[in-house]
Order: sequence, then structure tokens, then C-alpha cells
Amino acid sequence: MAKAKGDISINIEKCKGCEICMDACPEDVIAMSKEVNQKGYLYAVKITDTCTGCTNCALVCPDAVITVFRETKQKKEQIATITNVTGNITVTVDK
Amino acid sequence: MSIDTLDRIETKVFERPTSLIDTEMHYCPGCGHGTAHRLIAEVIDEMGIVEETIGVAPVGCSVFAYNYIGVDFSEAAHGRASAVATGIKRVLPEKYVFSYQGDGDLAAIGTGETIHTCNRGENILIIFINNGIYGMTGGQMAPTTLPNMKSTTSPFGRDTKSMGYPLKITELVAQLPGTYYVTRQSVHKPLNVRRTKKAIQKGFEYQKLNKGTSFIEIVSNCPSNWKMTPVESNKWLDENMLPYYPLGDIKVPNEKEA
Ligand SMILES: Cc1ncc(C[n+]2csc(CCOP(=O)(O)OP(=O)(O)O)c2C)c(N)n1
Ligand code: SF4
Ligand code: SF4
Repeated sequence: MAKAKGDISINIEKCKGCEICMDACPEDVIAMSKEVNQKGYLYAVKITDTCTGCTNCALVCPDAVITVFRETKQKKEQIATITNVTGNITVTVDK
Repeated sequence: MSIDTLDRIETKVFERPTSLIDTEMHYCPGCGHGTAHRLIAEVIDEMGIVEETIGVAPVGCSVFAYNYIGVDFSEAAHGRASAVATGIKRVLPEKYVFSYQGDGDLAAIGTGETIHTCNRGENILIIFINNGIYGMTGGQMAPTTLPNMKSTTSPFGRDTKSMGYPLKITELVAQLPGTYYVTRQSVHKPLNVRRTKKAIQKGFEYQKLNKGTSFIEIVSNCPSNWKMTPVESNKWLDENMLPYYPLGDIKVPNEKEA
């Protein structure tokens, strides 16, 4: 079964480098930076694309600096029906 | 349904609660106080009670709780938060009132206030952070310090013969008829964070129903004074604090009766 796809964003300037998120992540998505942030801490960074959006890291972050996203699938909306096609046609949909 | 008939949409599943003020907290890296604050803010947001909640801050590391949780607040003298909360709740009974207190605050200098607040069954929520130490003042022994645990005032470890035993004040207040809901939780692992949030929500809900005192102990860490890294401190908490302070509900309301 394909794993759910997730993503995280970390407010690195407010991270205190405690590493608790890294410890809590079951997918080893998080590692610590090599450089310090403005506060002088080695901050948490995302290093893989294996996030499932489980929210574990954000739940244990004492400084509430992690936001978690999860990709979900939604049925595509039908926007046009094409009937009576006789030749080649091109359909473009503006975003 | 085949995959190309589906749109992928990205939804936010976790973000900082809005009633947690957008500022940096002064707590040491990895300190459980931050997580506990965030959970209170999450519950306040979800219950939509930001305008109706009043907190009482203690003396201890969380003395600045009012700078972080964006509700009305009062600061109490050391140990007196539950007495101040009593006064506020009696004058403004329609508000949600909670105190937030450390173990030095609630279980040492404030033992009297704590016990009598619970015994009177004041209709408030008490949130009790037990990190086994006086954090703010530099890691002195607290009533909750474990046997043989080192602190600046028990440098060879707590000797129970001369220094007494760790005080399980949560079990103690559970004996009092005034308490309605008494539980012990922690915030060191994701599952425990979820459970603590649920407990805080229950505490506020019971207050709405005028049930009496809700008392939530959160076993927490103090990496700085325990002289450990945050990750080590959480592991130490798991292995040493939890056997003495087991997690779970200590007094649960009889929901049928309620
Ligand atoms: C009347 C009075 N006595 C003593 C103190 C010194 N003091 C400040 S904080 C504190 C203990 C705090 O420990 P705790 O409640 O466990 O909170 P933590 O800092 O660990 O979160 C003490 C004894 C004080 N401020 N006021
Ligand atoms: S838990 Fe939060 S503060 Fe700690 S390292 Fe991770 S992102 Fe930074
Ligand atoms: S001294 Fe201890 S309790 Fe106080 S903020 Fe630092 S880690 Fe937290």
C-alpha cells in the first residue's frame, strides 16, 4: 500500500535545536543543520521526502515551530463534456 | 477509481494555535512547559473560549505564562495560584478559570492552598507541571524529587531517611470529595501529548458543567537542571519518573451519574 504523502515546514529562526522532533519522527525525515540560526542553535531541517504527515514532530515540539501538511486525493471536478468529435481538437484549461 | 481522475490537494493538518501568542518563549530548549502551553492554547482555540478564559500564572519558570497564552491572566504570589483562581471564579463564575503551576509552587509552598482549593471543590482547572525540581531557581530539591535523585540541595541524591519521600500530591487530592476529575499525563511522546490535550479539554468541559475541581498533573522534564540533553531527559523521565508517577486517570467521573 502506498504511504500517505506529507510535508513539514519548520520556522528555523525560532527553532531551539532540542532534537525532540528528530527523535519522534518515525520516518527519519528530520536532521539538524550544520549552521546555526540567529539564536545560535543548530536547527531542524527536512532531509527526505518520506514524510507521511503523521504530525508526531509537531506534537512534541515545545516551541510550536513545525507546520504539517498532508496530501489527500479528491475526485476531479468535471469542467466540460465534449461530444460529436469529428476532427482533432485541443482543450486547454486555465488554472 | 483510477488515480488520474483524482486531484491531489495539500491540507494543513497541524499548525501553531492562534491563541498561543506569536512570540518566542523563554524556556530552555526541549522544556515541556512549551508543549503544555501549546496544548492549553489548542484546546482554548478548539472550544472557542479565548474571550471567556482566565489563567493564573505561578512563580517558577512558567511565571511568564501570561506572555504566551493569549487569554486574560493574573499572576499569583508563589504557591497561591489556586487561591487566586478561586477568587476569580467566584466573582466571575461564567468564565473558564485555570491555574498553571510547577511542583515547587503547587506542592511545596502552595500545599495548603492546593489542598483546600481541592477540598472546597472549587470549580476550576488546575494544571500541575511536575518536573521533580525547582527549575527557575537553579535545580533545588522539590517535594517531588525522586529518591536518590541529585539536585543542587541534595548533591548526593535525595536520602529519604533525612529528606522524606517524594510527595504524590495528585493521589492525595484525588482522595478529597471536592475533586471531580484527577489525572496524570505527560508530554514527552506524541501519544502522551494527544492524551494530555484530551485531558485538558475534559477539564474545561467539566468546569462548564460546574462539577468541581479538575486536577491534571503533567509529568515533565527539566533538561537544564537535570543536566541532560532534551532527548536524554525525556528518556530519563520515561525510565525514572513514570515508575514512581504512573500515568493515567486517578479519579474519573461516573459519567452515568453526571
Ligand atoms: C515567597 C517566595 N519564596 C521563594 C521564592 C523562590 N522561588 C522562585 S521559583 C521557585 C520554585 C519553582 O519551582 P517549580 O514550581 O517546580 O517550577 P519550575 O521552575 O520547575 O517550572 C522558588 C522556590 C519566591 N519567588 N517567592
Ligand atoms: S522540536 Fe521544535 S524546537 Fe526542537 S529541534 Fe525540533 S523544530 Fe526545533
Ligand atoms: S530551567 Fe527547567 S523548567 Fe525551567 S525553562 Fe529550563 S528546562 Fe524548563
